[in-house]
Amino acid sequence: MSRECNPEHTDGVTLVVPEIFSGDESLPVDRCLQLHQLMVRTRVLEERMIKMSKSGQGHFWIGGPGEEAFNVCLGLQVKKGEGPQYDYLHLHYRNSATMVAMGMPLYESIRQMAMTKTDTHSLGRNFIGHFSCRKWNVIPVTSVIEVQYVMAPGTALMQKRLSNDSLTIVTGGDAGTAEGDFTSCLIWSSRPGQELPVLIIVTNNGWGISTPACSVHSEKQIIDRGIPFGIPGAVVDGNDPIASWHAIARAMEYVRTNRRPFLLEAKVSRLYGHSSSSGALRVKGEVDCIERFERKLLDSGLVEPHRLKQVHWEAEAEVEAAVEQVLAEPQPGIEDIERFCYAPSPVDAVYPHDYTGLPR
Amino acid sequence: MATLVQAVRLALHYAEENLGVTDIFGEDVGPPLGGVFTATQGLRTAWNSPLDERGIVGMAMGIAYAGGRPVAEIQFCDYGFNVIDLLKVAGNQFWAGAGNFPLPMVLMTPSGSGIRGSLYHSHSFESWASRLTGWKIVMPSCALDAYGLMLSAVVDPNPVLVLLPKALLRVKGEEKIPGEPESDDELRDCIDAPVGDRTNWKPRWPPVREYFVPLGVARRVREGDDVTVVSYGRTLPLCVQAADQLAAETGKRCDVYDLRSIFPYDWKAISASLMRTGRLLLVNEDTEVTNFGEHLLRRAIDEHFYDLLVRPRLLAGRHLPGIGLNQIYEQNTVPQLAHIRKELWELAHEPA
Repeated sequence: MSRECNPEHTDGVTLVVPEIFSGDESLPVDRCLQLHQLMVRTRVLEERMIKMSKSGQGHFWIGGPGEEAFNVCLGLQVKKGEGPQYDYLHLHYRNSATMVAMGMPLYESIRQMAMTKTDTHSLGRNFIGHFSCRKWNVIPVTSVIEVQYVMAPGTALMQKRLSNDSLTIVTGGDAGTAEGDFTSCLIWSSRPGQELPVLIIVTNNGWGISTPACSVHSEKQIIDRGIPFGIPGAVVDGNDPIASWHAIARAMEYVRTNRRPFLLEAKVSRLYGHSSSSGALRVKGEVDCIERFERKLLDSGLVEPHRLKQVHWEAEAEVEAAVEQVLAEPQPGIEDIERFCYAPSPVDAVYPHDYTGLPR
Repeated sequence: MATLVQAVRLALHYAEENLGVTDIFGEDVGPPLGGVFTATQGLRTAWNSPLDERGIVGMAMGIAYAGGRPVAEIQFCDYGFNVIDLLKVAGNQFWAGAGNFPLPMVLMTPSGSGIRGSLYHSHSFESWASRLTGWKIVMPSCALDAYGLMLSAVVDPNPVLVLLPKALLRVKGEEKIPGEPESDDELRDCIDAPVGDRTNWKPRWPPVREYFVPLGVARRVREGDDVTVVSYGRTLPLCVQAADQLAAETGKRCDVYDLRSIFPYDWKAISASLMRTGRLLLVNEDTEVTNFGEHLLRRAIDEHFYDLLVRPRLLAGRHLPGIGLNQIYEQNTVPQLAHIRKELWELAHEPA
């Protein structure tokens, strides 16, 4: 539903900015349309990459259909840049929407999927969704579950020494919280007198590959894990972009201001299963955040159906053009195999520039 | 002369004051203890961490990613096994991430036997570590090398593992560290924390200076043309002792190398020596199955098969679940002087 609110006063004339509501929370319609567009672009990207994984244009797919609402809201609120004065992101492999919202061109993802030499995230080496972006402090994503949670306190420690409001974001799934690294993150972020500005996020889709969370976890909600460490938390419907936007904004505000950790649990869907290893088929019975948001937009009466359809058409055209472009790009060559084993070193007599095979 | 552990401390002091080290941390690394072997006493940036090896390595990675220069410690390498996948990640992130994020971190940990450490204070780690691609691994066997290798580890922009031979930590060096005080007593008074209350103690750091031991360069400890001996860590001085005895008793002279860098290793030195002697003995104390020395042995055979006069040897620790506390175990599990002497004598005298 929509209600008119948020009046702006300009030269004595009151302009009413239309907002779209979810419960008591709302966002301006323009923001909602921005979120919607980013969600759709990411979804179309992911679905095209699923096709690529099945058509031989890629070997494996894993990603975040079902997490777009939350992850787009996260990406748009990141203070992006390079170095500790900006936010650090320790992501996992379901964060494509975060990257798209931050401004990553879609062809960057497709390059990783197609394993091209132009793939700036991994040089055609890593699975899709394994982002690495220095200019935005996106620490290389690894397939190893939960290790990002033990690195996050390190970047946050360096940020705490600065007198600004930058923070560290770490995110992963619910299944991974069983790893000790999740507890390590809670402990290291909350040492007495050494609390760190870490926004600890868990996107909870209720599954660990084929294992339902309820069959292996007894805690009622993951944020309860923060209680013994004095880490406050919140649970949000991650399929609701309006609720997610505000939950992330509140959590970030807390961390930026108090320089202490916060635990945010987002309940999300997993629309295509774990990965291509489980078929990457559309799953029935899970909430689709885009379909639900589109109904809300249309119900508000502020958005015309053709406008939403236009977003889909444009996204599909953008993705197809990107795929066509990327498939014409070069693949890595033999000369790339050893690149970036080592950074150049002034004190290494054997590998002053990079690895060059066994010592000679 | 400084002991090996004093040299580590002096190096870390130099590094935090001059080479940008921001954090030296681990279990009991900060005050009041300054490390269970005193390697970090009195250091300005040293702090105590939770007892969590994975957290220690992860914290070091994060600090390094955010522009810091961490030196983290695993208290004993025996407790590094639960971090092995994280070490693998640390080693592959630069490569996996298309060179976007170098990882300038140092991890130091005592390794090897020799302190009656039983099952979990006697492990060796270099064979495991040598499989961690993307890392560089060093192991000094004397104080000056410990100083120079630590400074190189700090300056190198890649993850570097510094293995400290715990049996040699209290052994004094034969060469002075640049800037080291004249007498051992003076050095001790300057940098060793008193036993007991240390509340008001502060170190008086001597004016130590820059000294790098390059990575990948072995140290020739004895020169000779009869046998090539390659070792590192605890067994290195034993090899030197055995080589001296061989020379005194038989006149045969060994070319003894302290490898110092496990990876990258100084193949040039080994290869050149082997070409002269045709006889090779590799000695270390890690367990013998899939031992790092086997890799060197493979290269020696692959590349010098026709240069070898007799079969090359690897003397290593026995493939056993651990080192038992009763000294009957330790003395017969990892190479001791008598074992090295026996191998060396046989190798030196085997007819070509």
